[in-house]
Amino acid sequence: MPDDPLLKITAVDAFYGDFQALFGVSLSVGTGQVAAVIGANGAGKSTLLKCIAGLMHPSRGEILFENAATTNTPAFEALKRGIALVPEGRRLFPSLTVEENLLIGGQSRRPGPWTLARVYELFPILAERRNLPAPALSGGQQQMAAIGRALMSNPRLLLCDEISLGLAPIVVRDIYARLPQITAEGLSLVIVEQDIVQALRAASHVYCLQEGRVALQGAARDLSREKISAAYFGV
Amino acid sequence: MQWLNVILQGVLIGGLYAMFATGLSLIFGVMRLVNIAHGDLIVLAAYISLIATQAFGMDPLTSLLLVVPVMALIGYALQRGLLNYTLGEDLLPPLLVTFGLSIIIQNGLLELFTADSRKLQAGAIEIQTFQLAQDLWIGALPLIQFVVAVAVIAGLQLLFYRTALGRALRATSDDQAVAQLTGLDTRHIFALAMALSLAVIAIAGVFLAVRANFDPAIGPARLIFAFEAVIIGGLGSMWGTLAGGIILGVSQAIGAQIDPGWQLLAGHIVFLAILAVRPQGLFPKVSG
Amino acid sequence: MIVEHATRSSRIGVALIAIALVVLASAPYWGDRQTLRLLAEMFTFIALASLWNLLAGYAGLVSVGQQAFVGLGGYVLFALAMLLDVNPVLAIFVAGPIGALVAVPVALLIFRLRGAYFAIGTWVVAEVFRLVASQISVLGGGSGISLPASVVLAMAPSRLMREFEMYWLALLLAVVILAAIFVLLRSRHGLALTAIRDNELAAQSTGIGVWSIKFTVYVLTAFGTAMVGAFIFLQKLRISPDTAFSVNDWTAFVIFITVIGGIGRIEGPIIGTIIFFALRQSFAGLGSLYLLMMGAVAIVVMLWAPKGLWGMIVERLGWQILPLQRHLVLRKDARGKS
Repeated sequence: MPDDPLLKITAVDAFYGDFQALFGVSLSVGTGQVAAVIGANGAGKSTLLKCIAGLMHPSRGEILFENAATTNTPAFEALKRGIALVPEGRRLFPSLTVEENLLIGGQSRRPGPWTLARVYELFPILAERRNLPAPALSGGQQQMAAIGRALMSNPRLLLCDEISLGLAPIVVRDIYARLPQITAEGLSLVIVEQDIVQALRAASHVYCLQEGRVALQGAARDLSREKISAAYFGV
Repeated sequence: MQWLNVILQGVLIGGLYAMFATGLSLIFGVMRLVNIAHGDLIVLAAYISLIATQAFGMDPLTSLLLVVPVMALIGYALQRGLLNYTLGEDLLPPLLVTFGLSIIIQNGLLELFTADSRKLQAGAIEIQTFQLAQDLWIGALPLIQFVVAVAVIAGLQLLFYRTALGRALRATSDDQAVAQLTGLDTRHIFALAMALSLAVIAIAGVFLAVRANFDPAIGPARLIFAFEAVIIGGLGSMWGTLAGGIILGVSQAIGAQIDPGWQLLAGHIVFLAILAVRPQGLFPKVSG
Repeated sequence: MIVEHATRSSRIGVALIAIALVVLASAPYWGDRQTLRLLAEMFTFIALASLWNLLAGYAGLVSVGQQAFVGLGGYVLFALAMLLDVNPVLAIFVAGPIGALVAVPVALLIFRLRGAYFAIGTWVVAEVFRLVASQISVLGGGSGISLPASVVLAMAPSRLMREFEMYWLALLLAVVILAAIFVLLRSRHGLALTAIRDNELAAQSTGIGVWSIKFTVYVLTAFGTAMVGAFIFLQKLRISPDTAFSVNDWTAFVIFITVIGGIGRIEGPIIGTIIFFALRQSFAGLGSLYLLMMGAVAIVVMLWAPKGLWGMIVERLGWQILPLQRHLVLRKDARGKS
């Protein structure tokens, strides 16, 4: 694309103590684009998202967001710059109600189209349950609330870590059906998924990680099943 | 009637104990930190009030206007500059650092003010009493202190459950990492919590200074009262802490009535009994 | 494959210790009275700090209330010697089991508390002991009591002999306690303790009975602490609730010594005591300023060198004075296979 990508990751290495989780990973996402990162358990997908969101920092390489370096930016600042992460396992705040979880997502007061009313429009079930404590919701509803919480910060880049995890297929389809409403105004999306079918349907670009390395990348429509299987399992 | 008076006095001082305790449990709730220097900070507040009354001629209750902000600032700086670096997986650093802090405050105060006993004078209000019934009197000052204690706890409840700051504090205590993901700078949040705790301590310290004699060494005993009130009342519940403070106050009052040397012991015994029989406390909200 | 404990540095260390012990044991013959007193005081602190280190550094039980057992030991000694005519030296060794016995119900109570709340709980227990002691009028109540001359004279025929006796007692206590700790750490239980020290959650998942080990360590520590307490007050010849159960004397100094020397290593308290007393000699007469300084130093050490001075040395140089490490040695057999 002629203009610079929204997110550009170059040759990133990441470690947990002595254990290396990412080896020279490069990735880029354009404005309004949906990219999927797939791979087996332990391939490094969550690690990658954590690095982008600022929860951890790469020991080598560079992360550029809107052409500014965010390689060592801490998470709370990354959010203020416009990067929001929906963490793996939902992780709503158990002491807060549904509405309080959404409100705290918006506490950074970034300007933008997403308001409490708009989130309730997107996920009406949350409006019905707004005053319940977060743990009272079902898995799918919690996932919606977690996405809503991230949206409330009006991000430019939304990172979704395994939103299908532990949810029934019909619930997963329901959530993914609403993604177009989320990206309608130019929000970019990076989704980490174990559900390859959903990932390929939702994304325009796919990166397949295998043991911390990018084993395959390309436009979703260009990648065949065989190529993906090979990259996924490393055969 | 005699015993009713005793119990009434115990209830009233229980309010003060509850204030001691609320500051302690607030910090534990938000960041799992137990501040061993807690009692010494109460004494520090008392001495700052002493300076305010002596240097500026304020009366103790007016000095609150100075002591509360000063202590809050000290709390923010302390957390941000020192205690934030002790937080983490390991239990030892915060415990030993706050223990070291306790020793430093005690001995610093000793150097600055000597071991002489002090007390602040609040004027006529100290001896004013109301008669509730025949042979049943209530002191104006203890009553005011109790009412303020209840008001502080109610205020904190409001803060925690109806304000954005309270939301941020609860979220941070739930899940520090995810709180950061919503844009909260947890270093700042922790420092605000400590500032809040020290503001409560400031009020408690000034009340302590007016009520009784104080010297640099009485800090640890206040820590113990705060701790006992929290455990008796149950972790996680502010109103439980009030109940705990009252039970402690009443136990001590009854003990003192039996024999003056038994005052403190009676409180400890009730604490140990509750620990033995109902270790989660009387009104717990969390399992600790 | 076998497990070996010794390293080159520990072999040197053991040899040095043996020499040091001979030198120290003969101190009455080359040292003056002040030196003997100073050394005896150092021995008691080495013992107290080593015991606290075992509790906090290995078992993860941070107590700020060990003064409870120091004072208990002292009062038991006075009670036995004054009221039951027990020989005071013998009374020291009776104080140990009594301390352990008292520690059992105490532990059952305060083990219901965790972490820092456990710490404050130990402090409450010490306060209770102090208040109870103030109520026992036959042992001096609130103002305390002195050991009668008759009891003191029963110890040894001359003052000089008494000083020598006290010195050797201090040395004996420190050596016995350190030896016991060493044996414990070398044993199977010691391996469990080291595992608990390194990562309690992981240790639990391997099936180690963490609660019962902690309980045992607490009781054994009380045993040792009470004996040292009994000795301390035998030497002081006078006891009162405030001195017996003083947080400053028996907990603050002990904690500072262990933190600065190195928590979780057996050599730490020894190093820490030497540093502490060296500093005290230099800064004598500063009173509360000295305590203030120690508090500041402890904080700085805790933040920047949490393993203490000895911990830093171990990390940089891999030394150990006492052979406690366990390393696997691969031995090739005759066919060249290991």
